[in-house]
Amino acid sequence: MSEPVLRLENVERSYHMGSEEVRAVRGVSLTIDAGDYVAIVGPSGCGKSTLLNLLGAIDRPDRGHVYLDGRDVGALGDGEATALRLRRIGFVFQRFHLLAALSARENIELPLSEAGVGRAERAARARELLAYVGLAARERHRPPQLSGGEQQRVAIARALANRPALILADEPTGELDARTGAEIAALFKRLNDDGATLVVVTHDEDLATAARRTIHMRDGLVVADERRAPIGVVAEQAIPTGGR
Amino acid sequence: MIGRLVVASLAGHRARTLLAVAGVAVSAALLLDMVMLSSGMRESFRSLLTSRGFDLRVAPKGTLPFDTEATIADATATIAALRESPDVVAVAPVLGGTIHLPQRGGAAISSVALGVDPATQGDYVLLTGHEPADGEIVANDALLAASRHHVGDTLTIAGGYDPQLRRFDSSRRVRISGRVRFVYLARDQRAAAMPLAAMQALGGPARRDRVSLMMIRARAGADAEGVRQWIARRLPKVTAISTATAIAQVEERLSYFRQLAFILGSVSLVVGVLLVGTLVTVSVNERIGEFAVLRAIGIARRTITAQIMIEGAVLMLAGALLGLALGLVTARYLNAILASFPGLPQSIDFFLFQPRAAWTALGLLAIAGITAGAWPAWRGASLPIARVLREEAA
Repeated sequence: MSEPVLRLENVERSYHMGSEEVRAVRGVSLTIDAGDYVAIVGPSGCGKSTLLNLLGAIDRPDRGHVYLDGRDVGALGDGEATALRLRRIGFVFQRFHLLAALSARENIELPLSEAGVGRAERAARARELLAYVGLAARERHRPPQLSGGEQQRVAIARALANRPALILADEPTGELDARTGAEIAALFKRLNDDGATLVVVTHDEDLATAARRTIHMRDGLVVADERRAPIGVVAEQAIPTGGR
Repeated sequence: MIGRLVVASLAGHRARTLLAVAGVAVSAALLLDMVMLSSGMRESFRSLLTSRGFDLRVAPKGTLPFDTEATIADATATIAALRESPDVVAVAPVLGGTIHLPQRGGAAISSVALGVDPATQGDYVLLTGHEPADGEIVANDALLAASRHHVGDTLTIAGGYDPQLRRFDSSRRVRISGRVRFVYLARDQRAAAMPLAAMQALGGPARRDRVSLMMIRARAGADAEGVRQWIARRLPKVTAISTATAIAQVEERLSYFRQLAFILGSVSLVVGVLLVGTLVTVSVNERIGEFAVLRAIGIARRTITAQIMIEGAVLMLAGALLGLALGLVTARYLNAILASFPGLPQSIDFFLFQPRAAWTALGLLAIAGITAGAWPAWRGASLPIARVLREEAA
């Protein structure tokens, strides 16, 4: 059996909120295999987003280990962790967090530029990704000129830019109306069907039920881990690769 | 892409960017003016003293040229003695004094007058006409305008004038042979020059064979200090001062200006740093969430640091370029005011533009801009990503 994309061993993480210590994640262990689509659900404050930050190497556990592609994320230096996030992880945020001054295409090009991809290649790849998320005609539009759903599609395209091994999404439909949220949920489903490994933190039941597996959290603990569908076999990679 | 981000960030806050550039421009203009002031007078005096090619000035013992009314006696013998030095190429004697031009009703126009050797003189530049021969003078525009004379006119000059008795002494008729610009005199100072013997004669017995100073041109390659020492040994009744020493003395006297310029220049630089530092800090504080997201998606610290520092440098450089233009305009205006002080040689500039001064100001501002952006850049790049994202989501 191949190494899982993600493996957590007794991970704990606390932080201070004012004078109060919040034990956000308390001894979580789990594995996520390539091609899986995992929804993390639970009430607000149960530690979902903290867990997602740990999975995405933007936070470090106080105790325990997070392994991404077999590498202990907690042992990485800042530069290595940054490079890991750039090349192996794609982030999708609740509030999209696109740069308002850049066009849709430029927002997608940003991580490609950071990864050293040449101007022509990154422009071509950004166009491919925009077409993949259904926004080919919007490449020159800036975020304020796009609807919330369109902005989230651009954010998803940005997350796919460097062909990550894992896509992490934190409440990706939280700022969208039901219809647009359903469209984004469908896009995530398509992404997974096309071979992407997804971990989504959500309160959105439609989004959660679209996942193959649902992890339930409460008070910093995993209280249930429910698999609804097996990991699919992808016959052909359908997410644009930019020829790489 | 960094360049695109910098442009996007600055263009995204147009009003703030323009205000910052304007503020830096004022600061840069002041800095440039102070750099120009600190070196302007010194360079201007250096240029003035060296422009006529004389290396030494010989004055009465214990005095500086034209500092007193003292004169050197036995001028003919002194000049002859000076010419004995193999390193002395030319000696230009000068006798300073005052002449009076009688007007109708017994009034008079007074004017500075210099007795010179027209063949070697270094006090004026001939603009029209020819060097004065016996019975001739040359005059500057101020005197020609005041006396309403022109080149070629004949007029009466007097060596002495008693305003109470309205009586003129040592009068003589002379012809104006040329129009000149005096190098060491103020633009509006009326002045004339004539052959040394004529000037001595106008002064009467007290000025016979006397000169106020002598300017000496040394042989090319000769050591001016060596010539000065030779004169000190050979002619103990005079004081020789080299042009280099004169420049050093001028520099010493101008140290007040340099200190003033240094202090004001430093203040303007600090103001520029604080201005850019404040604006970049405000900008970083507003974009903490944006930087956290950039870090989260894998943008390296160095990229964010570079972006913020370049923003500061761009603000500073744009302001500096505008400030250079502004500084040149204000320097010109201030120079015109200061140059109108009475008694200053017309070729003296307080603010002298030198490319080096501009480069110095630009360099200082560039360093200041980078320095100003350093702390906010470090802060923006070093923020705790998870905490900022958590707070942004709250």
